[in-house]
Amino acid sequence: MASSTVLIPPRHYLNDGYGIKSWLLTRDHKRIALLYLAGVTFFFFIGGAMAVLIRLDLATPAGDLVTDETYNKLFTMHGVMMVFFFLIPAIPAVLGNFLVPIMIGAKDLAFPKLNLFSWYIYIVGGLFTLYAIVAGGVDTGWTFYTPFSTVSSTTNVVPTALGIFITGFSSILTGLNFIVTIHRMRAPGMTWFRMPLFLWSTYATSLINVLGTPVIAITVLLVGVERVFHFGFFDPRLGGDPVLFQHLFWFYSHPAVYIMVLPAMGVISELVAAGCRKPVFGYPFVAFASLAIAVLGFLVWGHHMFVAGESVYSALIFSILSFLVAIPSAVKVFNWTATMYRGAVSWETPMLYAYGFIGLFTIGGLTGLFLASVGLDVHVTDTYFIVAHFHYIMVGGTIMGYLGGLHYWWPKISGRRYNEGLAKLAAGIIFVGFNLTFFPQFVVGYLGMPRRYHAYPPDFQVLNVLSSAGASILGVGYLLPMAYLMWSLRYGRLAGSNPWGSVGLEWTTTSPPPTENFTHTPVVTWDAYDYRAPVEDHVA
Amino acid sequence: MWTGTPLFPEAASTIASRVDALYFFLLGVAIFFSLLIAGLIVYYAIRFHRRTQDQVGEQIHGSMVLEVTWTVIPLLITMVIFVWGASVYYAMARPPDETLNVYVVGKQWMWKFQHLDGQREINELHIPVGRAVKLITTSEDVIHDFFVPAFRIKADVIPGRYVNIWFHATKPGRYRLFCAEYCGTRHSGMIGEVIAMEPSEYQAWLSGGTAEGSLASAGAKLFQDLACNTCHRPDAQGRGPVLDGLFGKTVQLQSGETVTVDEAYVRESILHPSAQVTSGFQPIMPTFQGLVSEEQLLELVEYVKSLKAPSQGQLQTR
Repeated sequence: MASSTVLIPPRHYLNDGYGIKSWLLTRDHKRIALLYLAGVTFFFFIGGAMAVLIRLDLATPAGDLVTDETYNKLFTMHGVMMVFFFLIPAIPAVLGNFLVPIMIGAKDLAFPKLNLFSWYIYIVGGLFTLYAIVAGGVDTGWTFYTPFSTVSSTTNVVPTALGIFITGFSSILTGLNFIVTIHRMRAPGMTWFRMPLFLWSTYATSLINVLGTPVIAITVLLVGVERVFHFGFFDPRLGGDPVLFQHLFWFYSHPAVYIMVLPAMGVISELVAAGCRKPVFGYPFVAFASLAIAVLGFLVWGHHMFVAGESVYSALIFSILSFLVAIPSAVKVFNWTATMYRGAVSWETPMLYAYGFIGLFTIGGLTGLFLASVGLDVHVTDTYFIVAHFHYIMVGGTIMGYLGGLHYWWPKISGRRYNEGLAKLAAGIIFVGFNLTFFPQFVVGYLGMPRRYHAYPPDFQVLNVLSSAGASILGVGYLLPMAYLMWSLRYGRLAGSNPWGSVGLEWTTTSPPPTENFTHTPVVTWDAYDYRAPVEDHVA
Repeated sequence: MWTGTPLFPEAASTIASRVDALYFFLLGVAIFFSLLIAGLIVYYAIRFHRRTQDQVGEQIHGSMVLEVTWTVIPLLITMVIFVWGASVYYAMARPPDETLNVYVVGKQWMWKFQHLDGQREINELHIPVGRAVKLITTSEDVIHDFFVPAFRIKADVIPGRYVNIWFHATKPGRYRLFCAEYCGTRHSGMIGEVIAMEPSEYQAWLSGGTAEGSLASAGAKLFQDLACNTCHRPDAQGRGPVLDGLFGKTVQLQSGETVTVDEAYVRESILHPSAQVTSGFQPIMPTFQGLVSEEQLLELVEYVKSLKAPSQGQLQTR
């Protein structure tokens, strides 16, 4: 179909009912995905505003902009917002919700009402946490280390903890929904090894969500109980053990890193295959790497506690296990790179994000080796080296994956094209701004600048100014897509069902898809990423 | 502001050069693989750029040889890093037998140091170069972290526990001390300096101080003031165990288990006396929790340490 004849389908999920009720009571996974899109975008910009204030404050060594108390609240709420209300739900709840049923040829998720309920849980948890900010904030760091959080902090620990507790159920239920859907609702012929790799990583993520999230829920609950009723779980004066908290916290929160990055890896597999019009190199290895990461991810929590009084031998065991979890990640990077070999490689926006992801994730992963190596971790842990490392994974990895995916599937979601030139510009700005923000932090971290410092010695200023300058560039980069994506909703060119010339069930239905996704249940007779078919099928 | 920006930290301890060597090896690995991946991406993106709108890629599905290669090579490299990092860590975690001991108490938001000879310091720690120094640390409130970048050492200072940190300074100088575990409002103000001195200067500093008797003698006075000596008598007639020569020994508990008398056990026996009672004694000792501060506990610990076995003139320390 030539692009001049592209028409908007007369009936699709966006015009299937109007008005606020048709959205707030919807059971359509695509509409729920958009509800989540609104939610995560809102929390992202709140968390981002806090990051801006943090970097402005750190432009001078004395930290002149805000008081130390305010600074501590800013980095705490930045972490809480970004981790629990943006990074963890972003890709699964927005792109996953939209794509899981369509990619397997189903009409919806297995439990549509539960899916809507999950969104309400997420919003209620977010409101608790927002209340904590409005009521004066919380200053424990997103890690809530005891006994500071239970006996020392005088801020709103309990409402924040409750917010995290509640939101956790949203992750658990969404994970459950995805697992059941992928097991039970695949279209005829859609075998496990014909599934797009995004589904493998969504499945692996869901396993972690279902198994790990209850642990963080009980952990923050224990913090609340000790704080309010003075039960001695963690406070040594009440007979508790402060380090026990760290075991419980990281038993969830390390796997949570994979909750954040595995879905992004899944998105990148899709972007690379479509961007090269080729099967992903080593499909089964990439698929099983996701499961290996999910399993090994549960066995490495102790590497967060190398300097927290851990015994020498448990430190060594956690060290070697942490090196092992690096291997499946490396395998993925090599396979994506190899996929480009003899591909029909695109330079369009989604592929630019894929290039960015692979590069930044590689640096984030390799600097993880520095931290897994116990003797070196002692010097760099709790410094800006750590801050730089996990932002390379979470911002360079997860957000690049999320934005890449959003740009790739935007024509499917909205039925419209965004301005490609502006989108490329934004991707470039984000890449440059990101590196300028976080690369200097590796250097200042090895120099010894501790994290969570409101004021710092003057000889660290140059590196901090570079970082703050980068953050302002990064901020512009994040505002741009906000603007042109909104603009495209009204003025964008019509996309047609397959604007990228991709294979995959989502590109066989209209853009936007009908409420029931497909007019006839598809029957799958081909593998994922099968680009052997006649070329005209690939061009809109 | 734009001049004098260091890009690499000073190295002033025996372990620092070992940490740096590992760091440079890892930097090499990281730079090699980053350039390899980035180079391939850029090369492939240009070399295989989509020429026509309807072009598709060659349908290559994978290669077992390549998968094995890029699984095994990274595995071997990471195992080298593991062994190397483990050996550096092992050296960090194991203090030599002969050390100069200093007690450290962290509290919101300061560092307090107690030298054996009785000198007390706040946020400044004077130590000699050329010999191993062991810090026996604890916290009065929340978790802190003792971090001296120039020595490449760092350890959490944990309430309710004694954590040992050791280092061997090699260069005289003033080095930054940071609290590296977030501990509340003035966390970034919980900083200080380690002043490493030539041994002769250090001796001069020690004798020029304002110490009012050694740490052990302060402990001895406290031992009497708290009336510990009514039960813990040197002649085995008391209702509590004889403490002389006890430190470092292994004792049998009522439960049948054994425990080595170290700093942590002495501390626990003062704060939670009934937790691990020595076999043959009644659990009648009252708790001293809330009655003695962390610093006083350290004085008592040091006093118990100083009590030699009975044959060697017990009276001198009383």
